Amino acid sequence: MALIDIQNVRKIYRRGNEEVVVLDGLSLSIQEGDYVALMGPSGSGKTTLLNLIGGVDRPTTGSVNVSGTDIAKLKPRDLARWRSRNIGYIFQLYNLIPVLTAQQNVELPLLLVKMSGKERKDRAQHALSIVGLGDRTKHLPRQLSGGQEQRVAIARALVSDPTVLLADEPTGDLDRKSAEEILTLLERLNREFKKTIVMVTHDPHAAERALHRLHLEKGVLESQSGTYPVLTPA
Amino acid sequence: MNLLSLVLINLGRNKRRTILTMLSVMIALFLFCALRGVLDTLQESIKVGSESKLVTRNKISLIFPLPLAYQDRIAGIQGIKDVGYGNWFGGRDPADERNFYAQFAVSENYIGMYANDLDIIAYDPPQAGAAIPPGVDPKLASYYLDREGCVVGELLFKKMKWKLGQKVVVSGTIFPGTWTYNIRAVYRAKNPAMGESALFFHWKYLSEKGMNGQGMIGWYVLQLQDPKRAGEVTRNVDAIYTNSAAATHTETERAFQAGFVSMYGNVPFLIGVIGLAVVFAILMVAANTMMMATRERTAEVGVMKTLGFQDGTIFGVVLAEAAVITLGGGILGALVAKFLIEGTKFNAGGMLPPMNVAWTTVAAGMGIAVLMGATSGIIPAYQASRLKIVDALRRVE
Repeated sequence: MALIDIQNVRKIYRRGNEEVVVLDGLSLSIQEGDYVALMGPSGSGKTTLLNLIGGVDRPTTGSVNVSGTDIAKLKPRDLARWRSRNIGYIFQLYNLIPVLTAQQNVELPLLLVKMSGKERKDRAQHALSIVGLGDRTKHLPRQLSGGQEQRVAIARALVSDPTVLLADEPTGDLDRKSAEEILTLLERLNREFKKTIVMVTHDPHAAERALHRLHLEKGVLESQSGTYPVLTPA
Repeated sequence: MNLLSLVLINLGRNKRRTILTMLSVMIALFLFCALRGVLDTLQESIKVGSESKLVTRNKISLIFPLPLAYQDRIAGIQGIKDVGYGNWFGGRDPADERNFYAQFAVSENYIGMYANDLDIIAYDPPQAGAAIPPGVDPKLASYYLDREGCVVGELLFKKMKWKLGQKVVVSGTIFPGTWTYNIRAVYRAKNPAMGESALFFHWKYLSEKGMNGQGMIGWYVLQLQDPKRAGEVTRNVDAIYTNSAAATHTETERAFQAGFVSMYGNVPFLIGVIGLAVVFAILMVAANTMMMATRERTAEVGVMKTLGFQDGTIFGVVLAEAAVITLGGGILGALVAKFLIEGTKFNAGGMLPPMNVAWTTVAAGMGIAVLMGATSGIIPAYQASRLKIVDALRRVE
């Protein structure tokens, strides 16, 4: 069974009296261990799809099944708990808490898990060392470069050992060199740590680094390409 | 890091705002407790009065005197053990007009009637060979032997840096002229409500020098044999003088003291209202600050929810921030009010017991701080907890 199984999902937003169809009957399956790039023009529904997979938003109709759980049916409290265990989220603008150090930012998701302060600290340090920032634990976000901030954000997404990493334009705010570093890191997380990654990007170069690429157009999957036939659009 | 340290770190992100808000809460609670302290002090002043003593004054008003001639007749009424009397003097310190303290001219048995309420802690020994009047406290012997002798409260004694045997000069206002007293003893109040800022001297001295020997006094103090007979004695005393030129009004000493408090009319009510108004105004400020602080962090709330923080946890974190500010400021303000105000020992020149802020007032202040925390934090906490992740993240991206 696919790790992520989306069936006939519609997502409609209301703007006043107007209804905006963002995703229109989309179906999609992603296998465990895959690395998928979601591409498409602005407003095509990439981020909305990412939000649905991450349980950040709910579909208007249809089902979103991740790791065997139909998350559209979960109550808000259960959904939050599920998210903390299964999803690691990486934002375009890093979204670190500015008053927390790199280590504290990484510790943040672990506050939701019962563990000792020492264990929390150790795990955060380990996650930071994976992303190559073991020596920047005490730094505040403003004391780090954009690339380093994004790596802290990746460590934060990684620290609770989630099944799926969702990245919303992770290189969109970075220079070419930093972007390369982040893409290499994501590749490594997929290859070495077997993380299933879904990445939204506008950048074809970034998309090339993924195992599969999906193109969305007006809320509908247009095409796919990649090395393995693990992607099954409806 | 844990959730509590997250709350504290959040409060530290805008230190100036946090400190100013905390200070404003602190000042509000300080004012509330200080104003309530005035009411506590007025209430405390009633406690000085005993139920086993009655006070008889002129029925028209305390400022009208009564004849000394009433004493023997009152003393003859059944149920009365002893009768003393006193007179307000109201002199001024000639060296400093603003330095006011209470002076009372009292009968010879007056201080003895309050033996249970005060201790003589220092006294001038009488001259060797002087005949001590029979039945008097030996510590007060030199006071009784000196026509110009006086007994002063410990607080006043220390404040004025007086010494035993020292001559004290007072300018009379009601009874004009320069009056001199010799300090013969110092008393300490067993009951704090009694106060330690008054000067007692012989009524005879006042009568001879200030009244040309007229036998008029301000009030009588009647020591009862049995407090249960207070009602009966009261009626009997007042019945004697109903149709006289100076009719009397008798009441328990406690009621007499309460009468002073009632003279303030609606002032205690106004003080209470002002205290609450200050708290309410600061509550609005605290609530606004918390809403601003939360609104600024909308995106962060979105991120935390994305990481898996539940609505209840977000609610708790925001509410805890408000609670730390208001409880911190409130506890500090209430305690500062208690210790600072009581430290001044202000007593309106002996007219009131030393100013005090009761622990119940401090507890009420802390209770208000808790309420302020809940009220100021509940709206932003609710808003943050109800925020949809997608909406929160959209505000920055």
